[in-house]
Amino acid sequence: MSRHKTILFACGTGIATSTAVNVAVTEAMKKRGLTFNAQQAKATEVPGLADSVDFIVSTTPISASVTKPVIKGLAFLTGIGKDKVLDEIEAQLRK
Amino acid sequence: MSHGLMQLLDPEAIVLGSDASTNEEIIRILAGRLEALGYVKSSYADAVVRREMTIPTGLPLERADNVAVPHTDPEHVLKPGIAMGTLKRPVIFANMEDPDEKLPVGFVFLLAINDKDKQIEALQSVMATIQNPEALDGLRSARTLDDVRAVLG
Repeated sequence: MSRHKTILFACGTGIATSTAVNVAVTEAMKKRGLTFNAQQAKATEVPGLADSVDFIVSTTPISASVTKPVIKGLAFLTGIGKDKVLDEIEAQLRK
Repeated sequence: MSHGLMQLLDPEAIVLGSDASTNEEIIRILAGRLEALGYVKSSYADAVVRREMTIPTGLPLERADNVAVPHTDPEHVLKPGIAMGTLKRPVIFANMEDPDEKLPVGFVFLLAINDKDKQIEALQSVMATIQNPEALDGLRSARTLDDVRAVLG
């Protein structure tokens, strides 16, 4: 990897579900041998922060004006479809 | 089968088999418990109800009784806590990821969170419970606090 990528974790408050998702993704990527920088924000703050990150993992809908890739993070809360989302995140980190 | 969630749930903030028929009703019942126990300010219940309308918290688990995790901004919280309610009949919450989709919800975990770094473990315990179908089945049939303790350790 040429440099550390930055993932922006977003949810409604920027404090509850984004924290749970951030920890789940960090642990899972560590197992896959990948590290990254993590930021957290409210969904409403994402348009202002998107330029400075590589991609976004969010549990709530993100404004269509954001051009960075947005990966849905609900699977980390429900457990359903988690492996597929982890593969997506790994692919983004390895880009 | 221990998730440690019982250590974080105030026994006085557990409501089993509620008759509530709307998401607002169960949120207000549980928020009232958290307020009476000193976890949240009197502004908390309104703030959660209002937020639920625009930023919903229903989690689709592909079962008849899904889960919701209502919460709101930290300024309404005095100290971290979690209230839990099970419903006699599911009430409707919107899907967190797709607010147009309505989900029948049988379990509500109301979160009072004000420090993400300190409360990671609490959130992880809630998520572990949500992701454990046996735990949810056990909670659905729980009638007493001891039943809940047997499920959540």
